[in-house]
Amino acid sequence: MLEIKNLKASIENKEILKGLNLNIKAGEVHAIMGPNASGKSTLSNILSGKKGYEISGEVRFENNNLLKLGIEERAHKGIFLAFQYPLEIPGVNTNNFLKTSLNAIKKARGEKELDAIEFLKLVKKKSSDLKIEEKILNRHLNVGFSGGEKKKNEILQMSILNPKLSILDETDSGLDIDALRIVSEGVNTLRDSKNSFLIITHYQRLLNYIKPDYVHVLKNGKIIKTGNFELALELENKGYENFL
Amino acid sequence: MIDKELEKLKDYKYGFTTEIENIKAPKGLNKEVIKFISNIKKEPEWMLQWRLKAFERLKHLKEPDWQKPKFSKINYQDIYYYSAPKSASEKLKSLDELDPKILETYNKLGIPLQEQKRLNGIAVDAIFDSVSVATTFKDKLTEKGVIFCSMSEAIKKHPELVKKYLGSVIPVNDHYFATLNSAVFTDGSFVYIPENIRCPMELSTYFRINASETGQFERTLIIADKGSYVSYLEGCTAPMRDENQLHAANVELIALDNAEIKYSTVQNWYPGDKNGKGGIYNFVTKRGLCKGKNSKISWTQVETGSAITWKYPSCILQGDNSIGEFYSIAITNNYQKADTGTKMIHIGKNTKSKIISKGISAGYADNTYRGLVNIFPKAKNARNFTQCDSLLMGNKCGAHTVPYIKNRNSESKIEHEATTSKINEDQLYYCQQRGLNTEDAISLIVNGFCKEVLQQLPMEFAVEAQKLVGISLEGSVG
Repeated sequence: MLEIKNLKASIENKEILKGLNLNIKAGEVHAIMGPNASGKSTLSNILSGKKGYEISGEVRFENNNLLKLGIEERAHKGIFLAFQYPLEIPGVNTNNFLKTSLNAIKKARGEKELDAIEFLKLVKKKSSDLKIEEKILNRHLNVGFSGGEKKKNEILQMSILNPKLSILDETDSGLDIDALRIVSEGVNTLRDSKNSFLIITHYQRLLNYIKPDYVHVLKNGKIIKTGNFELALELENKGYENFL
Repeated sequence: MIDKELEKLKDYKYGFTTEIENIKAPKGLNKEVIKFISNIKKEPEWMLQWRLKAFERLKHLKEPDWQKPKFSKINYQDIYYYSAPKSASEKLKSLDELDPKILETYNKLGIPLQEQKRLNGIAVDAIFDSVSVATTFKDKLTEKGVIFCSMSEAIKKHPELVKKYLGSVIPVNDHYFATLNSAVFTDGSFVYIPENIRCPMELSTYFRINASETGQFERTLIIADKGSYVSYLEGCTAPMRDENQLHAANVELIALDNAEIKYSTVQNWYPGDKNGKGGIYNFVTKRGLCKGKNSKISWTQVETGSAITWKYPSCILQGDNSIGEFYSIAITNNYQKADTGTKMIHIGKNTKSKIISKGISAGYADNTYRGLVNIFPKAKNARNFTQCDSLLMGNKCGAHTVPYIKNRNSESKIEHEATTSKINEDQLYYCQQRGLNTEDAISLIVNGFCKEVLQQLPMEFAVEAQKLVGISLEGSVG
């Protein structure tokens, strides 16, 4: 589903990714762990299409040259990024934003858009599945949300948009145990033979709830080791410094 | 050539011209022209004298020059002060007599005048260049005693009301453009709501400039008698031309005891092209007088058009406990300029005012909020709340906030909040990651920014206004 070959990326002449290779097949869950400044967020930015990077190498998503697609085109193809710092948009109702987003994606795919009633039903179901209080949906998008609420809102969006590849950029940082459970349930309910996940994290904690198929260690812009869940435990015990 | 025209119309879909035979006053500004206007409208002598008095005053006045947007010198002798479709120069008995081309024009603008197609629940006065060509739903309004007609008709049929109130809020010698209007005004709407009547429908006026080298000088007068309520909306468009056309209107509102007037504007005059050529000079004087106790006047404006917008819809809060409100969205793109805001004059006790202004600037545009809160010594317990927010898109545009506060009463409360922000690249990225294209993302963010003001519009127009907000900013982020 996603093939990354020799990906290099720099910003303002500083090289961040230095030849990264990664293959994710449909239905797989990959975790990327690494210390600060190893290039984790850069990877998620590049996959979602954020501007401002000099990029070389190849990234294919299904049969597309991903690097040639615009940000929203990637979203239409099924790439979703749960932001590390979700943005606040004053005056825009969360429900309305979600509906606009879902229908923009449906429209681009030539599918029928949902009307207000169909959409509300869907939201009601998804939010009760995830045990997210509906009242946040009537507030302005992320405005005055606590850190936990913002992250839950990202997961709710993910479950409504039902993407093929979900990238979670440090979604677990700053979450309490309950919120962590909600986030992982969101991932686990979406998990099936078609949907894939790329989970970027500092800690092994989240991986107790979402068992990844592969764990990669990112350091200095490269994946230096790949393994299974055991690798995450080993990392947690030894710390990045000793491990590497 | 036609392709080129169509291409242009994509940017401003109201930019077409209706080919029609016009009756015009001779070019220029002089006594003869004023007599021509008064004569062709068959006005009574007192009206002509009123105009001539204004013209005398005008000779001693100069254009104000303190505004931020500078404009090329206007040659007042090179303007037609009256232009009307030949077919509409006599007041028509019914729409059947109206030139089909004019009907078609309004259909194209989305304001159907024919009985069967009329907008539901909204009475429309349609003004084409210098004359009112039709007023809908008159019968239904007459039943309630509501008078809704063109200014020209009111002068003839309701002289006692016109004499009493015309110029009572904007004096004849107020300032250059207001005085010019008093001398040469051609048409506009007149509204009178009798005591204790809640006007059964939205009233609206649609202003259309069609003829070239013509100024539009309309005059609107709305009187809400004791305990009455009216909601009124105006819309405006004009063809695309390379010349700058002058639109200098005067609008006067009077609210008596316990009356309320809600006045909304969606201004979409031709803004000029991408390089700042052409467009309307929108120099308008709008003022409301809360004359009675417990009266309320609320202005809502969505200003997206015009090369230069220069206006300050204001409230004189004379009656005790009266309330003035001003909600504004001013959007400037390309080389558009706006200098707009309000004046809240607190004279009576316990008077309250609220100002919410949202300025959005893109391209090379310049947007100024200028406002005055003036609290008189006897305005015990007066309160004002002002919030001015500016949003910048790109780094070549400007936003300015110039609030003046004069307080001569120690028991009053004044609050002022102001913010300036840039449209955030990360917000755009976030919306795009959720599947929205750039233009839709901008429209969503800007509509969110304007929400408090958009909410004030009558529902039928809120949706239109939201779309307009999006369209006005198209192409503003490269």
